[in-house]
Amino acid sequence: MTSDTSGMSDTIRPAQPARPARLRGATPPLRAKARHAPHLRRRSVTLTALMTLMVIYSLLPLAWLAINATKSQNGLFNSFGLWFKDFSFFSNISDTFTYDHAIFTRWLLNTVLYVVVGAGGATLLATLAGYGLAKFDFPGKKAVFAIVIGAVAVPGTALAVPTFLMFSKLGLTDTPWAIIIPSLISPFGLYLMWTFSTDAVPKEMLESARVDGAGEFRTFFKVSLPLLGPGIVTVLLFNVVATWNNYFLPLIMLKDPDWYPLTLGLNDWNMQAQTAGGDAVFNLVITGSLVTIVPLIAAFLLLQRYWQSGLSAGSVKG
Amino acid sequence: MASLSADHARPGPPAARARRKTRRSLVGWKFVSPFMALFALVFLAPIGYSIYLSLYKTRLIGGTQFVGAQNYTEAFQDSQFWSGFGRVALFLMVQVPIMLGLALLLALAIDSGRLYGAAFFRISVFLPYAVPAVVATLMWGFMYGTRFGLIGNLDKAFGVTLPDPLSPDLILASIGNIVTWQWVGYNMLILYSALRVVNPSLYEAAAIEGAGQFRIIWAIKLPALRGALMIATIFSVIGSFQLFNEPSILKHLAPNAITTYFTPNYYAYSLSFDGQQFNYSATVAIVMGVATMIVAYAVQLRGMRKAG
Repeated sequence: MTSDTSGMSDTIRPAQPARPARLRGATPPLRAKARHAPHLRRRSVTLTALMTLMVIYSLLPLAWLAINATKSQNGLFNSFGLWFKDFSFFSNISDTFTYDHAIFTRWLLNTVLYVVVGAGGATLLATLAGYGLAKFDFPGKKAVFAIVIGAVAVPGTALAVPTFLMFSKLGLTDTPWAIIIPSLISPFGLYLMWTFSTDAVPKEMLESARVDGAGEFRTFFKVSLPLLGPGIVTVLLFNVVATWNNYFLPLIMLKDPDWYPLTLGLNDWNMQAQTAGGDAVFNLVITGSLVTIVPLIAAFLLLQRYWQSGLSAGSVKG
Repeated sequence: MASLSADHARPGPPAARARRKTRRSLVGWKFVSPFMALFALVFLAPIGYSIYLSLYKTRLIGGTQFVGAQNYTEAFQDSQFWSGFGRVALFLMVQVPIMLGLALLLALAIDSGRLYGAAFFRISVFLPYAVPAVVATLMWGFMYGTRFGLIGNLDKAFGVTLPDPLSPDLILASIGNIVTWQWVGYNMLILYSALRVVNPSLYEAAAIEGAGQFRIIWAIKLPALRGALMIATIFSVIGSFQLFNEPSILKHLAPNAITTYFTPNYYAYSLSFDGQQFNYSATVAIVMGVATMIVAYAVQLRGMRKAG
C-alpha cells in the first residue's frame, strides 16, 4: 500500500480501485471481503424500513413520470397521478419524436453532439492535465493548483454574462461552439484525475518505461492510461451528466431552436403549454422528459462498478 | 528493476542531468497546457472582463463611461439585490443542513452493514442526480400543481384544500425540496466514498475494546468524514448562492410567486437579458462571486481549525 500521509488525512487511503489493486498486491480484495464481516450477523429491520421511506421519496417522482408518460392529454387531466388510464405510451413516444417537424429528434441529436464532443473533450483534457500535475514536477505547478482550485469557487453563472458578451463579439453565439467550448473545462474532473493518478500509477512503472526509452506520451498511452480506467469512466460519466443536463449556458447562448439541447427544448414546450392559446402538449413534455432521463439512468446503472470504485479512489483527502 | 538498467539512461555530467531535469519539467506542461489554455479562455478571461465591465456604465447620453466603484455602491443599496441575497442565505441555512444531515445519515446507514440490500438503496437514492434540473423541476412542478398533479388528486380525493406548494409563501420550501431530492444522493455518495477508505482494522480494534456502533461512529467515522463533509458543504454553498434553474423554470408554473429578482443570479440574468444592463449585471455577479468565496473560505477555515 502506498502510504499517503499528506496533510490532515490520517487514515484515508485509496480504497480498492477495480484494476490498480491487482498491481499493488493481493491484499485489498481480501480486505474488502473481511470488511463487513463483523457486522453481517445483525441486520436491522428498522433501519431497512427507514431507508425504504427514503427510497420511496427518491423514486416516487420517477414513477410518477413513467406512469404519466403512458397517458393521453385527456387522461392526464382525468385520472389519479399514480395510476394508469388510457394506455397511450406508444403514441406519445411517436408524437414526441414527430411533433413540430421532428424538432425533438433534432434536440436529441444536438444533445448527443454536445455530450460527445464536450464531455469527451473535457475528460481527455482533465485526464491529461491531472496526470501531468500528479506525475511531473514543473515550474508554475503551484500556480496552476492555486488558480484552478480558486476558480472552482467562482459561481459558473457569474461567468455566464461576460462569456456571452465575449462569444457574441467572436460571433460564436447561436452556434454549437458556444455550448461545446465552455463544456470542455471541468475543474472538478481535473481534481479527481489528479488525486486518482497520484495513487493509480506507480512511479516505478513510469521510471522503467522511461529507462526503456519510451517517450512521455507513449508511456502515458501504453502504461498509464490502462491504469487510469476507473478514474476516466468516473470523470467521463460526471462530465456527461453535466453536459447532458446543462440548461443555463444554452439558455443564454442560443436563440435558434434548431440548436437547442433537450433541456431547453422541454422548457420551451412547457412554456408553450402554459401559455393561453398555445398548443397544450403536456403529454409530450412528460414523455419527452422521460426520454431525456432514460439514457443517463441506464449509463449509471450499467457502469456502476467503474464509477463507484473511481469515486472512492479519488475520494476526498482531507 | 529500475536500478539495474539505470546506468545507461542517467547521464553522468551534472550539466547534462540538469538539462534533462528542465526538459522533463517542460514535459509536465505539455500535459497541462491544453487544459490551461482553454481554462484561461472560459474562466480567467470572463472574470477579467466582468471586473472591467463592472467599472463602467452605459448611459443613453454620453455613451460608456468609467465610473469606478459606482456600480458597487449602487448594488449595496439595491433592495432588490438584497432581497434575493436574503432569500438564498435563508435557503443556505435551512436547506443545506437538512440535505447534508440526511446524506450523512444515509451514508452511515449504508456503510453500517446492517441493511438488507444496501447496494440497492445506494443506487436508488443516487439516481435523481442523473435527472436534469429542468426535468426534476418540471416533474415536481407538475406534481405540486392542482390541475393534474398529486396535490390536485389529493384535494379531489379527500375534498380538502391542501396548502399550495406554488404559492408565494411556500415556493422557497418547494424549491428546497426539489434541490434536496436531486442532491441528497450525490452528497451521500461523497460521504460514503470517504467512509469506504477507513482502515477496517480500526473497527475491529474498536469492537474488541467493546465500543458500540454509536461510539464507533463518533470516534472513528465522523472524524474520517471531516474532509468529505467540508467539500460537500462548500459545493452546497456554491450551489445555493447560484440558485437559478429551479426558480427560472418554476416561474412558468407559478408566475406570481417568483419575481425577476428572486435570487441574485436570477436578478443578474434579468438585468442582462431583459434589461440590457450588462455593466450592472456583471457587478451583481462579482459581488455574489466574492460572497461565495468568502463563505466557502470560512467553511474551510472552520473545518481546518477543528482538524487542528
